Amino acid sequence: MKTSFVLGAVTIAGLAAGAAAAGTLDDVKARGTLNCGVSTGLVGFAAPNASGEWEGFDVTVCRAVAAAVLDDASAVQFVPTTGKTRFTALASGEIDMLARNTTWTFSRDVDLKFEFVGINYYDGQGFMVPSELGVSSAKELDGATVCIQTGTTTELNLADFFRSNNMSYEPVPIETNAEAQQQYLAGACDVYTTDASGLAATRATFENPGEHVVLPEIISKEPLGPLVRHGDNGWGDVVRWTLNALITAEELGVTSANMGEMASGTNNPEINRLLGTEGTLGEMLGLPADWAHKALSVGGNYGEIFEANIGEATPIGLARGLNAQWKDGGLIYSPPFR
Amino acid sequence: MTTLTDPAKESFKLSMLIYDTRYRSMTIQIFVLITFIIFVFWLVNNTIDNLTDLGKPVEFRFLTEAASYDINQRLIDYNSRDSHLRASFVGLLNTIVIAFLGCIAATVLGVMIGIARLSKNWIVAKIMMVYVEVFRNVPVLLWIVLAMAIMIESLPTPKAFRGENAMASMYLSDSVAFTNRGIYIPEPLFSNPIGDVSLFGAASLRFDVSLDLIVIMMLLGAGVFVSRRIKKWADAVQNDTGVRPTTWFMRLAVIIIPTVILLWILGFHLGYPELKGFNFKGGTYLRNSLIALWLALSFYTAAFIAEIVRGGILAISKGQSEAASSLGLRPNRIMSLVILPQALRVIIPPLISNFLNLTKNSSLAIAVGYMDITGTLGGITLNQTGRELECILMLMLVYLAISLSISTVMNWYNNSVKLVER
Repeated sequence: MKTSFVLGAVTIAGLAAGAAAAGTLDDVKARGTLNCGVSTGLVGFAAPNASGEWEGFDVTVCRAVAAAVLDDASAVQFVPTTGKTRFTALASGEIDMLARNTTWTFSRDVDLKFEFVGINYYDGQGFMVPSELGVSSAKELDGATVCIQTGTTTELNLADFFRSNNMSYEPVPIETNAEAQQQYLAGACDVYTTDASGLAATRATFENPGEHVVLPEIISKEPLGPLVRHGDNGWGDVVRWTLNALITAEELGVTSANMGEMASGTNNPEINRLLGTEGTLGEMLGLPADWAHKALSVGGNYGEIFEANIGEATPIGLARGLNAQWKDGGLIYSPPFR
Repeated sequence: MTTLTDPAKESFKLSMLIYDTRYRSMTIQIFVLITFIIFVFWLVNNTIDNLTDLGKPVEFRFLTEAASYDINQRLIDYNSRDSHLRASFVGLLNTIVIAFLGCIAATVLGVMIGIARLSKNWIVAKIMMVYVEVFRNVPVLLWIVLAMAIMIESLPTPKAFRGENAMASMYLSDSVAFTNRGIYIPEPLFSNPIGDVSLFGAASLRFDVSLDLIVIMMLLGAGVFVSRRIKKWADAVQNDTGVRPTTWFMRLAVIIIPTVILLWILGFHLGYPELKGFNFKGGTYLRNSLIALWLALSFYTAAFIAEIVRGGILAISKGQSEAASSLGLRPNRIMSLVILPQALRVIIPPLISNFLNLTKNSSLAIAVGYMDITGTLGGITLNQTGRELECILMLMLVYLAISLSISTVMNWYNNSVKLVER
């Protein structure tokens, strides 16, 4: 009996390892759908809408890649993953790419063997508390009960933050954002901590968002971006440059409104190269010449996607801040299309 | 004189391994065994090769690195700078705690329900039937989540205890607080403690054993021993004279009086929980996750145990209880002296497998954020280090070891109660 246990585990691990090495781009084309890992539900980033369709900031990245590769923004199989299951899903080949508010860290890149293709949101970890507690700084949280999503970098940052400030706390580990929300609203924890964008998105779904405050301290750097498996550089390039195309389009002023017009040729060679009327950039990626045009037609450029899903006009109401274009004092910057 | 000649010995030919029925089964078995071993070797080798290709060779060095995360329920000292091995050990102890509490509660509940199901009172019997059917036919995970949801939503938050006109109040002269974060009860404290013994120095498996606890346990054990001697003496007197001396006060006294004196010497007092800052401080904190998991696991397993107990009792022929009542025994004594001792022989073996089930089901703890070994080693450690294979293998070994220990102890108990055949 002992052996059969071990055998099962070994077989699964062996199969998982075997599946990880193949041309993902060809696989996706052959399959006709893109398997994209997203979160289990974080409004604004990835959540099913009233009609059951996934939408959000991260979801649009998946759809843009699907449009670029398969010419069909709806050919995406969304796989909801928790903080704990996401890396196994990606490493085992269950998903082709992961777009799930995932922080780019050294060990995930080097040790877990993933390839972060870029950063689509510069974030940091924050704390949310009910305003009736009268807390105005994270330094006043000594002895608090803190809800925290397990399997995340925030878990580690939290331990470091309280330790370096000589404070004690009671961690309540939780699997998904929805469970955290339930416990936090019921008062089973005083504080909810995750990335500041996640806090804003969670608060937006509360009945009375005004009764909760996000504390001013940001205790970590959380560069979030899509990632793929290590070792398949062709596929990594496709995802990377799709993201860069969205960013470059905003920089060059290509929007969903004027894109059709620009696609017939402009005086700016970089726009022409981006939209495929000049040069062979698409061919180099193994994609049709107008791949970026298709990716852009999903939700417009980076700025439009931002405003539509998490921007100031939405209930989540995030300002561009660090996520403005480099020209506007932000950090969003794409290498040139040349 | 006679000459005996052996029949000519048939020389052994290789083909006989297949065609001779004397050897055939052996040949097949050896062949299958070798194939199996090769298959296992290939699987293991393939896995190791593939993981090495992925750049993740199988190794256990990560266990000595700093875990970097905090654990809420710790029976031993632990902080985020301790190693992953230490964190796993904390989780292991939490698993043992929930398994231990769960097995005891499930047994007590299960025996009561099983007996009540056989009650002649129609209502009691039917209520117990409904209990059994409801609990054992709904997955235990749902019971765990439900118990947690009830605790979180129905009990007051610590905030509600604050202020002049507090919405909630503590019970038992302000010593017990029921909150949605858990239950705070008074903790035993000693003002003149003897101290602790630290085992294993600074290793990952180090832990402190309270000498106070050991001394108290030893004294209790001695008390029980003396009490048994008194019982034997009383039995002997009864056999000789037919009159049993009244001994219950002596038997109680030899257990209680020395313990009370020892507690007084040690300066025993209770530490009460008090609302300070965000939470109650002091006292023993039974987290909501522990209580939810404990209740759900024990209620669920109790339903199975109740059926086992009922089956065990029904297996004892009616003649036994009729014979007992014709001897003039009252129903309670018939149950405890005649029926249960015989029923135990039927009950114990399936009871063991229910204890094992409860222990393994405790790995669902993560659903309510109880940090057992699946939550630490198989959860956060696995996730933060990315060492899936190593963590899962270790986890399986741990559960195997726990289960085998439970089996050993219970089998030993089973041997001690089973029918002694003469």
